[in-house]
Amino acid sequence: MSQLYAWGAVATIVSASTAGDVLLSRAMKQVGDVAELRRRAGVPTVIARVLRNPNFVLGVTAMAAAFYAMLFGLSWADVSLVVPASTSLTFVTNAVAAKVFLHERVDQRRWMAALLVAGGVVLLAL
Amino acid sequence: MTFRRYLVLVGVAVFAVTGDSLVSRGMRQAGGISLHHLPGIILVVFRPEVALGIFFLLAFFACYMAALSWADLTYVLPATSISFILLTLVAKFILHENVSLARWLGVLLISIGVGVVTQGPALTHPAQPPERECLAAPASARSEP
Repeated sequence: MSQLYAWGAVATIVSASTAGDVLLSRAMKQVGDVAELRRRAGVPTVIARVLRNPNFVLGVTAMAAAFYAMLFGLSWADVSLVVPASTSLTFVTNAVAAKVFLHERVDQRRWMAALLVAGGVVLLAL
Repeated sequence: MTFRRYLVLVGVAVFAVTGDSLVSRGMRQAGGISLHHLPGIILVVFRPEVALGIFFLLAFFACYMAALSWADLTYVLPATSISFILLTLVAKFILHENVSLARWLGVLLISIGVGVVTQGPALTHPAQPPERECLAAPASARSEP
């Protein structure tokens, strides 16, 4: 049963943080290159643009949800399971979500990088 | 990719590792915080290490957002995973922890992953046109460092 709770927590963390990353990425693409925007309009404008973007607000909310899911998960299950499992799976789910929702061209190179890093993160926890 | 952009990616990793380490050290020194003593959670952010850690985490977030403004998510995430490599090097050479062979193998895999992704383009889809609002800031109002 506790196994089920642990993987439930991992699934929640992974979904929330993937949603967060995708939303934040979409928000920043809408804002545009911040270095260029800063040059044109100054730092306060950049900050205002980012904070006013609805995708940014949703993204931060999703990240906060992932953070709390992580806290709950850690109170039910081992750190050595929850942290590496959710961190490494997030690299893979992000690649899928970026392809589907952000229309990034996730080619062989990007897949390989995501899988290598995901595998590496698992090994770090051993 | 300009040198400045690589610096932003390195900033994401370095600030994340520094911030996490400082907050973690500060929290451990503060000891266990009980849910029955809620003011403790608020007061703990005034501990110098926790406060400095939060400052670094804000810097991490700013760099992460900057990177996402000109690069794909599937580029930024693997590229900034050098943070895991940094963390292992800190564990080995500063904290003198025992780093197992499996962990070094993990570092190797992540390094190859970072190498593979940074060889390719940072952005694979045309950036959406930035919001066209009235940006008619007078030239004198520009803040150029």
